[in-house]
Amino acid sequence: MNGRPMVLNDAAQGRFQVNRAALVDPRVLELEQRRIFDKCWVYVGHESEVKAAGDFKTRTVSGRPLIFCRDSGAAVRVYLNSCRHRGALVCREAEGSARGFMCFYHGWSYDLDGRLDGVPGESAYPPSFDKRDYPLIEPPRTESYRGFVFVNFDAGAAPLAEDLAGAREYIDLVVDQSPSGRMEIIRGVQEYEIKANWKLLVENSFDDYHLLTTHSTWLNYLKNAGVEMKRPQKGHLLPAHGVGKALGNGHAVVDNVNFRGRPVAKWIPVYGEEAKTEISRIREELVARLGEERAARVADTNRNLLVFPNLVLNDGSSVTVRTFYPVAADRMRVRAWALGPVEETPAARAVRLDSFLTFYGPGGFATPDDIEALEMVQAGLATWREQPWSIMSRGMAKEGEQLNTDELHLREFWLRWNALMGEPVEP
Amino acid sequence: MISREQVEDFLYHEAALLDSWRLDEWLGLLTEDARYWVPPNESPDADPAATLFIIADDIQRIRARVTRLKDSDAHAEYPHSRTRRMITNVRIVGRAAAELQVVSNFVVYRFRREERVREYVGAYRYTLRQVGGELKIAKRVAVLDALELGTLGSVSFIL
Repeated sequence: MNGRPMVLNDAAQGRFQVNRAALVDPRVLELEQRRIFDKCWVYVGHESEVKAAGDFKTRTVSGRPLIFCRDSGAAVRVYLNSCRHRGALVCREAEGSARGFMCFYHGWSYDLDGRLDGVPGESAYPPSFDKRDYPLIEPPRTESYRGFVFVNFDAGAAPLAEDLAGAREYIDLVVDQSPSGRMEIIRGVQEYEIKANWKLLVENSFDDYHLLTTHSTWLNYLKNAGVEMKRPQKGHLLPAHGVGKALGNGHAVVDNVNFRGRPVAKWIPVYGEEAKTEISRIREELVARLGEERAARVADTNRNLLVFPNLVLNDGSSVTVRTFYPVAADRMRVRAWALGPVEETPAARAVRLDSFLTFYGPGGFATPDDIEALEMVQAGLATWREQPWSIMSRGMAKEGEQLNTDELHLREFWLRWNALMGEPVEP
Repeated sequence: MISREQVEDFLYHEAALLDSWRLDEWLGLLTEDARYWVPPNESPDADPAATLFIIADDIQRIRARVTRLKDSDAHAEYPHSRTRRMITNVRIVGRAAAELQVVSNFVVYRFRREERVREYVGAYRYTLRQVGGELKIAKRVAVLDALELGTLGSVSFIL
């Protein structure tokens, strides 16, 4: 690093700057693994992805291969995907349903509850060898909130629900779309790499300042499809009012009045005339269940939520669940899914998925331009020794409400990141 | 009866149009109800009404995609990627009324400045229809062999 602080926060001078070393230096990445990914609640998956006893998904989370599964009693469990004998993966498939997990190297096998139940030639081990001593290891903590399952590699971490702080309300707003409070991950994962530091996608996921210039072709698409775009009010950049909020512990959100259509429950011409009735029916159900006011929040606001450090729930043109990991200081891997209410009719589900694809994903009309933007940032950051600071002070001089095009929410992420990272390492 | 050779000529012509970014002419090869799909890597046979795809365009969105790609503000493809398509193993696997089911293998090499080549490998599944004596594309599905997009990144061009 360059001997300067990683984050410069000077409220009196109205300066908030991020040291670009944080986005390029491999030593920062190494520290992040220990101080962020080994200390924070990190998203593994959603309960709906494993339904019955034996269902599993394998995922790499915080650099560890994990098995995310249902045990013999159909409880959600997470195991380290590594044999107690020599360490090989005990499950090599991406997903499926299993009666247990076996390491093919020497044949040690484990049941769904993680117990070691088979060791070929067991009699050759000394008498002190006891299979009960070698179950599959679980991360120190596995907890869930409203179906979202997280692990923590720090046994002493605060409980998940407490750590989520103000993010709980925003997760609730997403889950409230479902009459029974049950959402599900829809089949089909988008998994791709971006040649950029992972924190640039944190910023981009709820940076509404970039919408007009990065996504003009998407806005044109909506306009051409008959979506009404109001002229921004004075002091605004976007057609609708929106705010940025810090939710505590590095979690943050942009919360804005929708102008671009929502499968729950705001019709736009892109969805087609035939979807109109269904969307009004969804809205009536929301009002009946939640009352006018909360129904309006669920149906008429778009919310991009960051759950620190690397889970994003974008409740906009559809609901996206997106998580991403550093592969190197200048490269990340992204996984994204669509989330919908379990009760959704096939017709409403089709609208949701179609609406997802107009904006989001590696073949959408917007995400590829985000990817390009982040890669262009990373390329430009090669000048970090000459230009060490990124500027993030929008809205800083203002009292009260912060707009979604201000940067309070980005600062919230960086302040928690900075607090966890501790003292900068001298060069 | 349409021969495989005629189908091959048609697919080579389509590939040439796409490689040279003559996208309006390419639109002329499509039927009025054409669809263009790129299924998620792990579920090549899925239905986009129930599964999250990479791309699932109807004709309106195909046209909107072309409008977007011709705009210099489509940053991911400006400047345009250079592509080179290899279309092989062309087979007519079904014939019914005026429609042909055609499959082929493809390799699309994609080049961008200061970047290693990206190789998109897979199979096309076409529904071709005879309209007024001409072959048209009613549906083209590009199924990728890669187990995830991974380092291929985005599919911002017409695959």
